[in-house]
Amino acid sequence: MSDECSDSTGCVISRRIVLEGGAALAAASLVRTDGARADAPAGPPVLAVTPAHVLNIRTTINGRRVTVDIDPRTSLLDLLRERFALTGAKKGCDHGQCGACTVHLEGRRVASCLTLAAKVDGRQVTTIEGVSEGDALHAMQQAFIDHDALQCGYCTPGQIMAAIACVAEGNATSRENIREYMSGNICRCGAYVGIVAAIEAAAAKMEKP
Amino acid sequence: MQPFSYVRPATAAEAVSSFLKAGEGARFIAGGTTLYDLMKLNIERPRHLIDITAIDGLDHIDTAGEMLRFEALAPMSAVSSNRVVARDYPVLAEALSKAASQQLRNMATVGGNLLQRTRCLYFRNGADGVYPCNKREPGSGCAAIGGLDRGQAVLGTSAACTAVSPGDWPVALLALDAAIEILGPSGARSIPVADLYRQPGDTPHLEFSLLPGEMITAIVVPKTPAGRLSTYHKIRDRESFAFALASAAVALEMNGDRVERARIALGGVATRPWRASEAERSLAGQRLTRESALAAGHAAFQHARPGRHNQFKVELGARAVADALLIAFEREAGGRGRS
Repeated sequence: MSDECSDSTGCVISRRIVLEGGAALAAASLVRTDGARADAPAGPPVLAVTPAHVLNIRTTINGRRVTVDIDPRTSLLDLLRERFALTGAKKGCDHGQCGACTVHLEGRRVASCLTLAAKVDGRQVTTIEGVSEGDALHAMQQAFIDHDALQCGYCTPGQIMAAIACVAEGNATSRENIREYMSGNICRCGAYVGIVAAIEAAAAKMEKP
Repeated sequence: MQPFSYVRPATAAEAVSSFLKAGEGARFIAGGTTLYDLMKLNIERPRHLIDITAIDGLDHIDTAGEMLRFEALAPMSAVSSNRVVARDYPVLAEALSKAASQQLRNMATVGGNLLQRTRCLYFRNGADGVYPCNKREPGSGCAAIGGLDRGQAVLGTSAACTAVSPGDWPVALLALDAAIEILGPSGARSIPVADLYRQPGDTPHLEFSLLPGEMITAIVVPKTPAGRLSTYHKIRDRESFAFALASAAVALEMNGDRVERARIALGGVATRPWRASEAERSLAGQRLTRESALAAGHAAFQHARPGRHNQFKVELGARAVADALLIAFEREAGGRGRS
C-alpha cells in the first residue's frame, strides 16, 4: 500500500469493510468510498445518507496521508476502527467518560469518540499503532509491560496514549499529579498502582519538552 | 443520530451567515463535548452543524491589558495552565482544571463550556420516551421531581424543572463579574455572564439568553486584586473527573482579617450559576473566622428547597462555602510573600 492512500486508488481495508458493512456497522459504512450510496441496509429511512451529506476529508494518520469520504455523523473513533482497521483505540463508553478511545490530535490527547471525524480534516492524528519505531516499543509501552500496568488490556491503548501526553505536557511530575491528570482513563481491573509506577518510570526516560 | 450537513467557515462573520443560510435546525459546534455527546443520545437533533473551530484568531489569551480576555475558542486546558491566570486568578484556573479530564479540556473551548447542558439523569437518558422532561419535551412533565433526585438542584428550582447547571467555569466567571462578547446577525454586543443564564420557571427548555445565530466570541474578566485571594472548591463523589455535588467560587478583598468584600458563587446546587448575594452581604465588614464563614455558607442556602434525596446538599454546600472562604483567605500569606 502506498503512503498516499485515497479511497479511489485502493485503501484496501477500508473499502472491504465498507462494502461488507451491514446494518450493524456505524453510519460511516453507509457511504461507499466513491461517494455514491451503497446498497442501503434495512433501517429507518430518516437515517439515510444523501450524497449531499457526504464529506471528503484529507487527514494524516500515523504519518500517512489519507483521503476518505465520510458521513458527517462519524466519530474519529469509528473512522479509525471501521474504515482504517486501527483497532487499538477502544470503544468503552462512547461518551468521553472512560478514556479508552484516547488518541492524539495535533499532538494533544483527545477522546476520539467525542471528536467528529470531520474535524480532523487537515489535521494530524496519532494512535497507539503509531507510537513505536518498528519493533522498538515506545518507552511508555515498555514501562507498562515492566510494571504490570494492565490486566485485561482493554483500557491500555488509551492509558498509554494519555500517559505519553501526560509526560509531554509536564504533568507527570509527582504521583499525585499523575493520578490527577490520568483521571480521565478508567481501568476496571484496577491496575492503577502499576499504571502510576509505569508513568513515573517512563517519564524519567522520555525526553522532556 | 439524525443526518446533518457540516461546514467549517474561516471567519466569525462567515459562521453567522452560514447559520442564517442553513435555516431551521442550525447549530454552532466548537469542541463538541456536549453537543455531539447529546446527539449520540438523540437529545440534540441538529440538521446543520457550523463548526467554528477553524475560525482564525479566535483562541487568543490576553492577560496584559486592563481586562483578562479569553477568546471563545481557547481550549480549557490552555487557559487553565496559563501562568498569569494560575498565579493571579486561582479561582479561574482551578475551576477549569477541576472540570473534566485533560482529554476533554483539550477539546472543549472556554466559550462553548458556558453553554454546557445539564447532566440530569432524566434529561440525558429519556430520549426513548420512557421519562418525561420539560427541558427535552416542553410540557411533558418532570420525572426528577419526586424521582431519583440526589443530584438535582436545591436553588432556583421550579415546579417544572430541578436540573442542575453543571459547569464550574461559569461559576468562577460569575464570581468575578465577567462579561461575554457576542457576535450575531444584528452585529456585536456584550452582556454580563450573569445575564447569559435563565432560571427554568415555566420554560426550562430556554436555558440561555443568546438569540438565534449568535455566538460567543470572547470572555472578559475585570482585573482585581481579589483574584489572588480566590479559590474554586469543588466537592465530588470521587476525587477527580466528576461533576460537582456542591462547589463554591470565592474571591476576597480583605483589610487585615476583616472582609471588605467577598464574592461568592455556587455550582452543583442550582439551576444556573448562582451568585450567593446573601452570603456576600453577611460577611461585609466582618472578621473572617470559621464561625462567620459557616454563617455565610448557611446564608447562601437559606432559601434552598431540597427534594427527597438531596437534602444533604444544603449542609454540604454551606460547608463548601465556608471551606472555600478559609482556603482563599489562607492565600494571603503566599501572596504577600511573593510581592
